[in-house]
Amino acid sequence: MPEKSPFFRQFRTAREFVTIVHDNVHVMNQITINTSYTPLVSWQRLMAGSAGPVTVMVIILIVIWYIAVIFMNTPWQIDKFKRAHQQWTTWELVQGTMQQRRPVIPAPHQVLVELYKTVVQKNVTSRRSLVYHSAVTLSSTLLGFLTGGLLGIFLAVGIVHVKSLDKSLMPWIIASQTIPILAIAPMVIVVLGAIGLKGLIPKSIISMYLCFFPVAISMVKGLRSPDPLQLDLMRTFSASKSQVFFKLRWQSALPYLFTSLKVSVAISLVGAIVAELPTGAQAGLGSRLLAGSYYGQTVQIWAALVAASVLAAGLVSLIGVVERVVFKRMGAH
Amino acid sequence: MKTKVQAGGVSQSPVIDIQDLSLVFKTADGPVNALHEISLTVQRGDFVSFIGPSGCGKTTLLRVIADLEQPTGGRIQVNGMSPHEARLARAYGYVFQAAALYPWRTIERNVALPLEIAGIGRDEQRRRVDQFLELVELQDFKKKFPWQLSGGMQQRASIARALCVRPELLLMDEPFGALDEIVRDHLNEQLLKLWLKTNKTIVFVTHSIPEAVFLSKRIVVMSPRPGRVIDIIDTNFPTQRTLDIRETPEFIEIAHRVREGLRSGHD
Repeated sequence: MPEKSPFFRQFRTAREFVTIVHDNVHVMNQITINTSYTPLVSWQRLMAGSAGPVTVMVIILIVIWYIAVIFMNTPWQIDKFKRAHQQWTTWELVQGTMQQRRPVIPAPHQVLVELYKTVVQKNVTSRRSLVYHSAVTLSSTLLGFLTGGLLGIFLAVGIVHVKSLDKSLMPWIIASQTIPILAIAPMVIVVLGAIGLKGLIPKSIISMYLCFFPVAISMVKGLRSPDPLQLDLMRTFSASKSQVFFKLRWQSALPYLFTSLKVSVAISLVGAIVAELPTGAQAGLGSRLLAGSYYGQTVQIWAALVAASVLAAGLVSLIGVVERVVFKRMGAH
Repeated sequence: MKTKVQAGGVSQSPVIDIQDLSLVFKTADGPVNALHEISLTVQRGDFVSFIGPSGCGKTTLLRVIADLEQPTGGRIQVNGMSPHEARLARAYGYVFQAAALYPWRTIERNVALPLEIAGIGRDEQRRRVDQFLELVELQDFKKKFPWQLSGGMQQRASIARALCVRPELLLMDEPFGALDEIVRDHLNEQLLKLWLKTNKTIVFVTHSIPEAVFLSKRIVVMSPRPGRVIDIIDTNFPTQRTLDIRETPEFIEIAHRVREGLRSGHD
């Protein structure tokens, strides 16, 4: 019986739906934090849990990364030796590729050193601190996420309850996403700046624009997910529309809501970063990326990318935690 | 007819009064006669079963009584009101084939759901939930979630949920259809006891002949294409009966008559 209940059926498909996003973020997360490996543990025991395969995968990725570093940075290193009229051994060449100040691809340890310098060694209020820039990006991400999420929910509630809105609003919601907002984000920021909107607000508008869509689409589906039997039951109780909403539709839609929120928060961050690119490199991870590419500071770019992925992973898993707590209270097993 | 009912006094008036009721569904393949000129009265305190093969309109008829479907012809009154008014007055409790408990609510909160919707106070809610969970012998499971209960227990909880608004009329749509034989027998006995204890009027849809004969005071035999009533059989079993009566000649005779009716409807 419980397996048949539509609520948990949704729950499972919803879980499947986010797997892609979640797994990717998880792997990114692992790259930065999971470096513990004990070769003494037997291979089978290592591969039994989830930590083992993930660790092995991370090691493989790091090895590929180092190989790429050697190949990509070699031409410039050879140039450098030639210009200095210096003889070199293969080992010196390999070492050289990992110590360049502006490498094509920085080595993992260079990124870690940069992260250490900009996260731990700098005061968090310093403009050189990655924590400061992350916080700037995080604030517009969250503002855009909250407003976009709420907008999406309100649109869905309207669409589900008002027939004319369903016919009139839905095409516009779909059409809104055919605009490549990320491509024109710089333009939008400039235009909004011209009418006096500067700083946090225009950035979060970009995030909001990206966020409301998955929430609206999922919530329309979720609010319509109660089966005819559950709705008939409400009818036999002569429940009002708002009672049907608060006692049936809302709960049925929650699995859809959390799925869409996970997608939303990740694209909200992307929106915030892109929106930071044209602000004249003032603050935020986006401006760090822009400044980095402007001055050829690839290590700085990669450090900012790692910070962004850690931020995304943190936000998505935070929603995952809230989801688990909510569903536990709702009796999920 | 109406004057006669009024002359007889309110207590004599039928709970359900159906005259020449028809329902035609418009489908892509043309109209379907789901119900055809059905006339039927159900008296207060009756236990009436609708029996018939699938497609005979027995569930549709019950849904018309509950104002879940709209008839296209004829007249129907529930408690002297239109089905719509009766639904708004919460005159009936409805038990579906599936328990349809909300998985995010505990058993007690599921049972309390219609009370919450009716705007009944917390204390009274708690009192009634306890009362009706005890009636269906689920008082020890009120903190559990639906998935922690067996199918039979879930259906008992849904019966408690239908009863807790204290309706005069209980409409049951194949409530035990999805359960196995042993559980079904047990619940049939329990339902009979519950009926005797509460004095409700029960309208019960089933496709099981033994179930219909065992439970009912009157059996309405229905037939498909078009959905119509072909026989109404009164039973006269003692009120305090057990499943043993299924072996008596009277039981077998009535079951035989029901089966004959069903068979004739098929030709």
